[in-house]
Amino acid sequence: MNTSLIFDLLKASFGQKVLQIDLNDQPQSIEIIAQENRELFTFLRDDDRLYFDMLSSITGIDNGPEVNTMEVIYNLYSIPFDLHLMVKIKFDRETPLVPTVSDIWKTANWHEREIFDLLGIRFEGHPDLRRILLPSDWEGHPLRKDDVLQERYHGIKVDY
Amino acid sequence: MAIQYTYHPDHLKNSEPIYTSVSSLKRGEMVFNIGPQHPSTHGVLRLEVVTDGEIVKEVIPHIGYLHRCFEKHAESMPFNQTIPYVDRMDYMSAMNSEHAYAMGVERMLGITDQIPKRVEYIRVLVAELNRIASHFVAIGTYGLDIGAFTPFLWLMRDREHILRLLEWTCGARMLYNYIWIGGLYYDLPLQFEERCVEFSAYLKPKLEHLETLLITNKIFIERTAKVGVLPLDLAVNYGVTGPMLRGSGLKYDLRRVDGYSVYPELDFDIPIGTGAMGTVGDCWDRTYVRMQECRESLKIIDQCLTMLSSELKRDKDFNPRALVPKKIRPKAGDYYVRAENPKGELGFFFRTDGRSDIPVRCKARGCSFVNLSVLPEISKGVMISDLIAIVGSLDLVLGEVDR
Repeated sequence: MNTSLIFDLLKASFGQKVLQIDLNDQPQSIEIIAQENRELFTFLRDDDRLYFDMLSSITGIDNGPEVNTMEVIYNLYSIPFDLHLMVKIKFDRETPLVPTVSDIWKTANWHEREIFDLLGIRFEGHPDLRRILLPSDWEGHPLRKDDVLQERYHGIKVDY
Repeated sequence: MAIQYTYHPDHLKNSEPIYTSVSSLKRGEMVFNIGPQHPSTHGVLRLEVVTDGEIVKEVIPHIGYLHRCFEKHAESMPFNQTIPYVDRMDYMSAMNSEHAYAMGVERMLGITDQIPKRVEYIRVLVAELNRIASHFVAIGTYGLDIGAFTPFLWLMRDREHILRLLEWTCGARMLYNYIWIGGLYYDLPLQFEERCVEFSAYLKPKLEHLETLLITNKIFIERTAKVGVLPLDLAVNYGVTGPMLRGSGLKYDLRRVDGYSVYPELDFDIPIGTGAMGTVGDCWDRTYVRMQECRESLKIIDQCLTMLSSELKRDKDFNPRALVPKKIRPKAGDYYVRAENPKGELGFFFRTDGRSDIPVRCKARGCSFVNLSVLPEISKGVMISDLIAIVGSLDLVLGEVDR
């Protein structure tokens, strides 16, 4: 099984929800629609030809106000078949709301909290979307390209 | 500069509020904090614990007390300057993290195959030395947590030898900046190999001592067997890796699975937990796996030393920096690289635009971060003293949890 075959498999089952494949990335990636993709992730985990049982990492990316998009990238790994897959979703920067996968892979719980914390992307259906690394009364999301630092935090100058 | 902090009684409450609502507690229940300044949390981990008498009902970890903005730093400086920051993530095993990071950037540049064999063997040698040092801290402090003081002293004594060896290579005891992208800072110092052989011979019986003193000690077994059992399916679902996953009985080691660097040429076993003293995936299994991994690392070290003093012998013309690129310009694209750290899978995600030597985005997937996320699940309904035993067996380094 390689990424092209996975792409065909997903295309056959989900049609329009699967957008494109990029063979230059390492591991090779598939882009899917940002909304209503939970079935697709469940399929990736449960299908007996794939079994992507390990979610290694989730990364959020802000492409900046000019492009006006944000991305979330899932790095999946299948322990039984030794398969790698990168799944990307891209969505509008104004409404950063994507479905959670924290009930499909429980490890996503903390990863999604981290992305919310640093980029301000909200995950719909997440059981406990709080800040995780920064203090709760911190203002802004520092990995956003247009984030403006607060001047003082508890009296301490932030931008030195 | 004068202290800028201005006191306000609400600051503490607002910066990291208690998650449990106190009014919803049942009769006899109590909520309290362990940490962030408590020795048995191995750093600045704060655990909010809801208890009913001695029984733990709920554990809510609060992290971020050691957050040093790794990802923000990494996307504002060139690839080669990020290496010291990588060191400071998992400061117990900086060589392994450097190895993973350097390997990732090399793979992006497409120069993985050109790295000289001697460089690769030196990398594996220092990384395995560091793995032993990291496991020694893990096992030693774990013994300390549950009341065994002597093993800690013995292990710190032996770890000191490793730290001195590594200090000899690059001048730093813990944060090395030794493995560079495309090569090494320096070649090994003169006679390093001989000293390392001596050390390996010295350490072998010490591992036997450790096993009899701590691992098979009756009190240790009573405290750790059948405690904090992590079933395999839960471990995989939580993304747990490293000795924790192997302790749950899966033979999954990225050194074998991915076969990066020169690991395919080396002969070593992958120890797994079998439930010999209780249940598969209990605290004892995890510690036992770490202990066995020290033996396997010694095997690898011996093989590396043989190679480094025969086939890949020292040569005065050999320049370990020969391949270090002046300008690091990977092709545009997304990359995810991972490697086996002492604590689990350390992954780096890079996005590059192909135009600069600064990544657009660099995310570190810390193994301690992911391993810690399983704690609330496996510590429900245990005694408070067992909670300490479970936290110790996770082998957390808060530098990597918070990055």
